Amino acid sequence: MPRTASTVGGLTRAVGRSLGIVVLVVAAVTALGPLLWTLTTSLRTPAESFTNPPQWLPLHPDFSNYAAVFEQIPIGRFFLNSVIVTLLIVAGQTVTCMLSGYAFAMLKFPGRNAIFFAFLATMMVPLQTIIIPVFVIVRYMGLSDSLGSLVIPALGSAFGTFLMRQYFLQMPKELGEAATIDGASYFQVFSLVYARMAGPAIATLAILNFSGFWAEFYRPLIFLQTQDNYTLPLGLVGLQGNLGTGSISVVLAGVVLAMIPSVLLFIFAQRYFIEGITAGSFR
Amino acid sequence: MTVFTGLPILASFGLSFFSWDVISDPQFVGADNYVRMAGDAAVLSSFRVTILMAISVVVLQLALGLGLAVLVNQRRSDVARTFFRTAFYLPLLASTAAVSIFMGYMFDYKFGLINYYLQLVGLSSVPWLTSGFGAFVTIVLVAVWQQVGFTFVLFVAALMSVPKEILEAASIDGAKPWATLIRIKVPLISPTILFAGVVAFINAMQLFDQPYIMTKGGPGTATTTTTIVMYQSAFQNLQFGYGSAISIILLLMILAVTGLQFLAARKWVFYQ
Repeated sequence: MPRTASTVGGLTRAVGRSLGIVVLVVAAVTALGPLLWTLTTSLRTPAESFTNPPQWLPLHPDFSNYAAVFEQIPIGRFFLNSVIVTLLIVAGQTVTCMLSGYAFAMLKFPGRNAIFFAFLATMMVPLQTIIIPVFVIVRYMGLSDSLGSLVIPALGSAFGTFLMRQYFLQMPKELGEAATIDGASYFQVFSLVYARMAGPAIATLAILNFSGFWAEFYRPLIFLQTQDNYTLPLGLVGLQGNLGTGSISVVLAGVVLAMIPSVLLFIFAQRYFIEGITAGSFR
Repeated sequence: MTVFTGLPILASFGLSFFSWDVISDPQFVGADNYVRMAGDAAVLSSFRVTILMAISVVVLQLALGLGLAVLVNQRRSDVARTFFRTAFYLPLLASTAAVSIFMGYMFDYKFGLINYYLQLVGLSSVPWLTSGFGAFVTIVLVAVWQQVGFTFVLFVAALMSVPKEILEAASIDGAKPWATLIRIKVPLISPTILFAGVVAFINAMQLFDQPYIMTKGGPGTATTTTTIVMYQSAFQNLQFGYGSAISIILLLMILAVTGLQFLAARKWVFYQ
């Protein structure tokens, strides 16, 4: 009897295991299918772009759609705008979040914890609740319809501050104390000792910011009016709008172009994407 | 930070008691905006859509994320684990605008890939984007498709931190895999589940890009989320006071549900 029971147990376990693989494969196909379809459809001739079954393996790729994107919209300009906005925000947040994170982790000042919790609380505030006043502030600063309207309000970040604070908290206090005894100023302790050890945290924040702001749609939609100032996501939706002249293959070629930087970054810096997501989970 | 987040919250709250088109001077109207909202069918319907959509997205995202994380962590080969992790993460890298564009084509009634495959297996085409319920389901599916990688990554990391000794002890005591999952793994990673639930919910309450690009909030008001109504009021009809009032209610809804999540968590979240 015991033998039969264990055989049945072994059998259900084997069935369970192969069922698991099936589920995983189906999920992976679901995750990757739309991306692959987008890529292959961007390589079909406009006449064939919407025919089924889809051609999963592009045996005769037609790159003319990529040239057509450049003819139909100033995508080079959109690309440049996205690069400028994203890089300025990444650089700015690296500096501001290092400073604020360091202050919350290492310096003692009155009301430190209260201010820190106020920072954390702002992470729960939806962008929608602050967008109208930010829109008004940006207008009064004379930044309406400019790339600055996207960059300046994004130079601080509660999440970035939190990430940097967690990182600085792990560092030994003794290093700074030793440097202080050697005559280093507050700022020197920060810039010469701790900031130089923050490389992994900086990489994590920079990479999350890059992929986040590269993809941003809502603020550009509200802040930008002139087509020449559009960033990529806004420009792509515009490209979809003048479909009368083109085919969906052209639109999808634009979508693929817009995704290339994020995917390249992911290939080279996978680890930091994962660290960034899990760093938020208060471990 | 203070200028671009702290003050704007107060300013939004203040503005919600005014009538203002940005050009002429603001007029103080007291609670009029809130009273008007209580009788505005479009806004009320958007609250319903937003909450139903957020709950659907969060439940699916947590369940699928956890299930996939458990299955991937069971794989013994490093190659398989890396492949599945990458596969589930990739959709997060596309912008929601790009995703909305290509998913819009895939869910097309006549030419779309989804209906093509449904017909291939003998089912009939579904009016994904042209019927109210279909559009709602489509937006939820597209949001979950893109976001599930986020909860997945969190759960993979949390499951890896479950002490091996506990699992070994359980298996020596003869615990079945399913019981191990429900009785040991889930309680041990419950803080991560709470965190993932809170973050996913805050995000899902702000769904904008997908319905704005794929359905313009339609058909009818089936996918008109609160963020869309707020965008239309403020930035299309230039009623900034009314828009602010809507955004304040959205904030309160998020705070209320997040608070509830933390309260309920006392019953099920287990800190070591």
